[in-house]
Amino acid sequence: MTQAQAKPQVPQRPRATTSPRPSDPHAGTGSGETMTGAQGLIRALELAGVTDIFGIPGGAILPAYDPMMDSKQLRHILTRHEQGAGHAAQGYAHATGRVGACIVTSGPGATNLVTPIADANMDSIPMVAVTGQVAAANIGTDAFQEADIVGITTPITKHNMLIKDPADIGPAIAQAFYIASHGRPGPVLVDIAKSALQSSAPFLWPERVELPGFNAGAKPHAKSIQEAARLLATARRPVLYVGGGVIRAGASEGLRRLADLSGAPVVTTLMARGALPDSHPQHLGMPGMHGTVPAVAALQKADLVVSLGARFDDRVTGKLESFAPHATVVHADIDPAEIGKNRYADVPIVGDLKDVLQSLVPALEEEHRKHGKPDLEAWWLQINDWRVTYPLGYAATQDGLSSPQHVIQRLGALNDPHSTIFVSGVGQHQMWASQFIKYERPNAWINSGGLGTMGFGVPAAMGAKVGQPDQTVWAIDGDGCFQMTNQELTTCALNEIPIKVGIINNSSLGMVRQWQTLFYNARYSNTDLHTGHGTRRVPDFVKLAESMGCVGLRCESDADVDATIKRANEINDQPVVVDFTVSKDAMVWPMVNAGVSNDEIQYARGVAPEWDREEA
Amino acid sequence: MSSKHTLSVLVENKPGVLARVAGLFSRRAFNIHSLAVGPTEHPEISRITVVVDVDELPLEQVTKQLNKLVHVLKIVELDNAKSVRRELLLVKVRCDARQRADVLQVVELFRAHVVDVAPDSLVIEAIGNPDKLEALLAALSPHDLREIVQSGTVAIGRGARSITERALDRASA
Repeated sequence: MTQAQAKPQVPQRPRATTSPRPSDPHAGTGSGETMTGAQGLIRALELAGVTDIFGIPGGAILPAYDPMMDSKQLRHILTRHEQGAGHAAQGYAHATGRVGACIVTSGPGATNLVTPIADANMDSIPMVAVTGQVAAANIGTDAFQEADIVGITTPITKHNMLIKDPADIGPAIAQAFYIASHGRPGPVLVDIAKSALQSSAPFLWPERVELPGFNAGAKPHAKSIQEAARLLATARRPVLYVGGGVIRAGASEGLRRLADLSGAPVVTTLMARGALPDSHPQHLGMPGMHGTVPAVAALQKADLVVSLGARFDDRVTGKLESFAPHATVVHADIDPAEIGKNRYADVPIVGDLKDVLQSLVPALEEEHRKHGKPDLEAWWLQINDWRVTYPLGYAATQDGLSSPQHVIQRLGALNDPHSTIFVSGVGQHQMWASQFIKYERPNAWINSGGLGTMGFGVPAAMGAKVGQPDQTVWAIDGDGCFQMTNQELTTCALNEIPIKVGIINNSSLGMVRQWQTLFYNARYSNTDLHTGHGTRRVPDFVKLAESMGCVGLRCESDADVDATIKRANEINDQPVVVDFTVSKDAMVWPMVNAGVSNDEIQYARGVAPEWDREEA
Repeated sequence: MSSKHTLSVLVENKPGVLARVAGLFSRRAFNIHSLAVGPTEHPEISRITVVVDVDELPLEQVTKQLNKLVHVLKIVELDNAKSVRRELLLVKVRCDARQRADVLQVVELFRAHVVDVAPDSLVIEAIGNPDKLEALLAALSPHDLREIVQSGTVAIGRGARSITERALDRASA
């Protein structure tokens, strides 16, 4: 199977300074030329198509930073923390669909990358991390800045390797980029001993990446496709349950065709927002713990769930045993290990979502030709009733401060969904940004879903802006998240990466506070951050932004929201930080409490939908 | 129902591959009953035999996860009835001249071998399936067993078919 061609990803946006890349991939690779491992590493990164790389130098990786200075293709962006480099590589990959790259030193440099690597692994983001390692002779001696980063990251990478021989560097980098981007995408770490960077060997760039044990993905079985089409053509209450796999596969167009053809309602998970335009009439929004009532209810009442690149995560299913209890399940995913992992799949389909949809659409057309279109009118009557009765909304605040939902809704409304990328941290603001912004295209919503990494927002937005410089990039962050990684605004200012950050400042760790309100008798243990309205404002986000070379704005009332957003949008030569001070009492609704059935969704506090009303 | 399953895992002979395979079992909370690793007829391929205590469904999940490891070439579950399974046992028995005859009789009954003799001890080597070795130990139990060391199970399918060959075919297809 696998002797597939190593296709170094050619950058879609050649930088003006890019040295001409030969059209024949075997010419001019310098294969066979003797050079240091460090030179080989830079050559290999260039051949892999890297144009932007985020990182921080240090002892063990230092040899690589010298030839890097001479590279005409590589733009190295010096971050202020290795975690920032990792999340930036993620944001870059997320926004472009290309492999994100970062490079750091051994020991603490490498361990600081652990969180972004774990995050990329959970959310299937293609990323290559290069780490320096102590000299081969010193490995295992507890040498200065030694950490067994291959051992540490084995459970959280798609693959990783330790390189001790300079001749192995080229092939290792070629493999790393191939593995990261083929099959289910994920992070690959290449740990290179300093001695390998310093010594010389003939540079090798493989014509093909040969990995006999690597499965880059199978073609979907025709039989399963046919069975899925038959079920879709006969179900009375079908739902398309769309996950991030559709976005990673670039399969939005196919999804749209399937939605149009089947007439079935569609829900998009947190990782799939934008896979189908929110303006599509069959789109019910996000399912799960903070999903819309129609999306959650449709899954609970469905007789057929067609899962496309989703993984039945606990935040979507609630109590697993009672999730979609009446549904036959079609489960399509590129990763066979996802199928049947949490929920039994009646019809398993292993394959790239693009291929799956490409064959499912004509198969369904054929079913329709033979048996006619199914009558979904009763189903849509019920769904539309939920839509009318339980639309997304929020209560006005009681303390006179802005409601965070309003701020976020306006951020969505005042930016063109076709030229704006929204990035978030993790918490209440993330849920609101997923709920109240209308996404019209894939890769315009970037967040940390699986790992739930606070602090993801600012560095990921930086990476997204580097990858898509012509797009407006808004990071919607929380005051808690922002304080974890805001130092990367310095990186943005110095490297002319003009992102915009809207801090939804409720002066607290909002989601934790919400749980304390609901489940801990409103005893607010360690969630007050003292950054908001009427506090000492430590730190003062406006001053902090200014000190990092950004424009700092503050907005303290609903009346100023639009004007402030417009002002921020007018500044395009500098990063902008807006401190939106909002009420800390706002809560994310709807909500399914952790571990209970999705049937017990609350529309607002203490308000449960009346399920049986329509059925009685 | 939980039961013992024997998996033959063909892997590329690369550093760290055993740790990756073993680590995957422990991360997913599987109890490895025994594990043996060694070279095969192809110098670039090693074979790991793992015996795990696990239900059918989680076994399928762990097999799929194992398949995702880049250095894992192939996984085959060996049916007990259609495979030969062997373990190696070495046991050091304290015995003087008077007890020796008794011990040697047990050795003979089980077709085991004495591989070291000292005035007050014997080292016995036995090869067999796990049941046989258990029975041998039971028979020796009246004596003073000073040390027991046992290998993991190695197993091979009966008949002419070779799983290594098929793995190589697949790899070069």
